[in-house]
Amino acid sequence: MTSVTNDLVVADVQGGPSRSLWARHENMLLGLLAVAAFMLFWEFSVVFGWVNPLFTSSPTRIVAAGAAMVRDGSIWNDLAVSGLEFALGYGLAVIVGVPLGILMGWYRRFNALLEPFVNALYATPRIALMPLIIIWFGVDLSSKIAIIFLSTVFPILVNTMTGVRTIDRDFIKVARSFGASDGQLFTTVALPSSVPNLLTGLRLGLGHALIGIVVGEMYGASAGIGYMMQTAGATFQTDRVMVGILIIAAAGMALTQVLRIIENRFEGWRVDHRG
Amino acid sequence: MKLCARGVRIDFWNERIKRNLRVLDCIDLDVREGELLAIVGPSGCGKSTFLGAVDGLVKTGAGDIRVDGVSVDKPGADRAMVFQQDSLFPWRTVMRNISYGLELQGRMARAEIRDRAASLVELVGLKGFGEHYPHELSGGMRQRVNIARALATDPKLLLLDEPFAALDAQTREFMQVELMKILARAKKTALFITHQIDEAVFLADRVAVFSARPARIKAIVDVDLPGQRTLESKLQPRFRDLQERIWRLIEEEAERTGLMTSTVGA
Repeated sequence: MTSVTNDLVVADVQGGPSRSLWARHENMLLGLLAVAAFMLFWEFSVVFGWVNPLFTSSPTRIVAAGAAMVRDGSIWNDLAVSGLEFALGYGLAVIVGVPLGILMGWYRRFNALLEPFVNALYATPRIALMPLIIIWFGVDLSSKIAIIFLSTVFPILVNTMTGVRTIDRDFIKVARSFGASDGQLFTTVALPSSVPNLLTGLRLGLGHALIGIVVGEMYGASAGIGYMMQTAGATFQTDRVMVGILIIAAAGMALTQVLRIIENRFEGWRVDHRG
Repeated sequence: MKLCARGVRIDFWNERIKRNLRVLDCIDLDVREGELLAIVGPSGCGKSTFLGAVDGLVKTGAGDIRVDGVSVDKPGADRAMVFQQDSLFPWRTVMRNISYGLELQGRMARAEIRDRAASLVELVGLKGFGEHYPHELSGGMRQRVNIARALATDPKLLLLDEPFAALDAQTREFMQVELMKILARAKKTALFITHQIDEAVFLADRVAVFSARPARIKAIVDVDLPGQRTLESKLQPRFRDLQERIWRLIEEEAERTGLMTSTVGA
């Protein structure tokens, strides 16, 4: 009977301090190398006139465009507008999706009532609702919040529901054996055991939210990163479009990373991770 | 008598054949104050179902189960179950798994619950592991937590449902000795279900042999081993005799119902 788990032992053996910088970070360094090579190739393709920068832009042009947008201050307004849309749309989706998912997972009848709507809307690309949303909410902030909310709420809801529904029967038996009431069963077993699924839902929702921002703003808006890309694209300012793509990509990666860190914290909770 | 079961019958509805299946029939069983009674029987004979009924998780069709003279109809604080491995809550630390029953009861103050859990961590030999999560523990350690969790509410009767079935042979032997010590220290009456005949003989004061389904009590064997029991006791001729006698009884049942091939070595 040892006190350390296998994971710890393995990590100990592999991660000795004697190993070189390269050996410890091989994957990351290889990735960086590949990106650097790609950038150089891209830049030189333009320098040597192999491609037309009007279509492809180039790393230096993108940096210059980005710097210009920071200097004239226009980018801050776009970022603030898109950020606000995201925060409100995503926040609303969490506030609505998590409780609804829990209730649908827990109460069979409640689930039966809402399931047709959830299934239909989850299966529909939410972008298809954009014309309706514009009719209902106009082209200002609220229409973007609505599309982000609709994009995000279903992955969150469905995953939370799955989490509640797939509670290990053994845990319910244990709780019952200790005399748990229905309410206690819910708070001490159903809620905590669905946390990992809930986090998965939040992470999936994130990707949908970013799509919502871009498409919503391209469809009809007066500010935001998506709007900036749309107008830049329409006037062949490829560099500025590229800046927008980079911002969206960076935001997506950063937010996903934050959720991954939170997910890892709860990894030991996952039922399928037992022993 | 700690536990007094009379004429217990349990039927389960089988959806496939659309019929009630009789699992237990006319079970009369007494567990004396302070003793450890083991139940063995052919696989699938309904031992666990009986234990579930004593715990109050399974409804009986007929008969009466009493603990200290009080009829059982739902789970209660006078009984606690040690489930098979992996029934620990993975989101609770060792300490908080052990506190679970007390938290549900809500009768003790937080600090009091902590003290009680801490003393149980020590009792089952896990000092220093109180803040660990179950996935950080070995199978044997998890079962110690499981036993401590059941002891926490200070039940009058401890029910153990094949608690060591999922452990490797070596750990199982250690845990058998550990359980004996823990039960002696905690002064508990216990009802124990196992597949391992040697485990039953080693731990129990008496062994009840269940027949094949629908289960009745085929025999009750007194385990009259002389002196203190240690792992060496398993080498005594008397131990072998008892083991063989119980094995014969189960074998008869298996042969009677054509289960023989599937129970060899079980």
